[in-house]
Amino acid sequence: MEEKQSEVKLFGTWASGYCTRVVLALKAKGIPYRYIEEDLKNKSELFLRYNPVHKKVPLLLHNGRPVSESLIILEYIDEYWNHSPKILPDDPYKRAKVRFWADFYDRKLKEGTVAIMTSRGKEKEKAIEGFLELLKVFEEGIAKDFPEKLTFSNSQPLDFLDIIVGSSACNYEAYNEAVAVVVDPKRNPLFFQWMTALKECPLMKESLPPHDKLVAKMKSFQSRSV
Amino acid sequence: MDNSLTPLVLKRLLVPTLLHLGFRKTLTMADEVVLLDFWPSPFGMRVRIALAEKGIKYEYKEEDLRNKSPLLLKMNPVHKQIPVLIHNGKPVNESLIAVQYIDEVWKDKSPILPSDPYQRALARFWADYIDKKIYVSGKKVWQTKGEEQEEAKKEFIGHLKMLEGELGDKAFFGGECFGFVDVALVPFYSWFYAYETCGSFSIEAECPKLMAWVKRCMQRDSVAKSLPDQHKVYDFVLQLKKKFGIE
Repeated sequence: MEEKQSEVKLFGTWASGYCTRVVLALKAKGIPYRYIEEDLKNKSELFLRYNPVHKKVPLLLHNGRPVSESLIILEYIDEYWNHSPKILPDDPYKRAKVRFWADFYDRKLKEGTVAIMTSRGKEKEKAIEGFLELLKVFEEGIAKDFPEKLTFSNSQPLDFLDIIVGSSACNYEAYNEAVAVVVDPKRNPLFFQWMTALKECPLMKESLPPHDKLVAKMKSFQSRSV
Repeated sequence: MDNSLTPLVLKRLLVPTLLHLGFRKTLTMADEVVLLDFWPSPFGMRVRIALAEKGIKYEYKEEDLRNKSPLLLKMNPVHKQIPVLIHNGKPVNESLIAVQYIDEVWKDKSPILPSDPYQRALARFWADYIDKKIYVSGKKVWQTKGEEQEEAKKEFIGHLKMLEGELGDKAFFGGECFGFVDVALVPFYSWFYAYETCGSFSIEAECPKLMAWVKRCMQRDSVAKSLPDQHKVYDFVLQLKKKFGIE
């Protein structure tokens, strides 16, 4: 197998689950990279030059060529460094399914967690109820399409859904503490089981942000968005 | 063999023999492809174009979105939306996911995504940009009026200009060949007349290079046959405006 000599840089922020996704994918594949913490209140010239459209993290710079949007970056990593472990399945139908659930997770659940953080009182209660309904749909969907997730063991390599979901949902303890209890073993036992097992995976443990720091960050974000 | 005899031989001798020899499975196991769609949907058009590009025979089923069929609700219980591509009974939802699926399954003909990983990432990026920006900003143009509409027009034209910039002097977004980003964007052309008329502006005047690209795309059968007439879409938009009490 030809050694792929390349220079990989990742612009990110420590608290962003989207950035953790890319870190997990690079580490899972054993790709050396340089991480650059970007200050979102004072974006660097280099960052803006390579990411003029959305100006968001994460941004992957591979041999000077930029790739942005976390889901797109993950597919790029899997296709360019196409050695194992493979992040996406080979079968086109399974690929369509993981893309579908990743899209659902991002558009509905992740957006839902922000909606909870930025609302108050009755509106917040409504946002939480809405989120929990969607989490149920997600949990049932994963149970049907990827039942192996429910018996996840941390000796397995991380795949697309583990990375997409785990990069933020494994921080559920911080979210439960800072914002609202949304991941609850009684309400969503299967999802809880998957995240609890995923959290213990060594790669996940070393890549997730520290709990207390994340709680403080979430609390500060919440209070700023009154 | 004499020409006039051949069909008779086939019908009376060859086909039954082959069937008898157990080729039934091979002869009848063609791919079964169904598309649940709604004629003015730009998302549905994307899938129609992809299927046509690949020369795939399929059954088109028109959905009444005010009265969704049991099949739609069964095949897309999560979003209950069209388009839904059903391949041998298995559903694929979300238009760009369906287009990629079509490209991956029928991979030996007319590739839609490029083969180079970086070019693929670029194609996905711009298709994602189109998904996030064009439908929503276009909708605001026909749904609003006055000051709000002026803002909406500015935003919508801004996005088109961004895409026009990305196209540059290339024939298509991916270069010489028609591909993923073209499939993602060109369906919105069928809505241009509606946007222009509701918003009193000209997309040709604002983005001439983009209109030249549209003309190139419309020369392809797969595109021309998949897009409805712009005036028909405009009539549909007028009905929607009436229904929602806009103007």
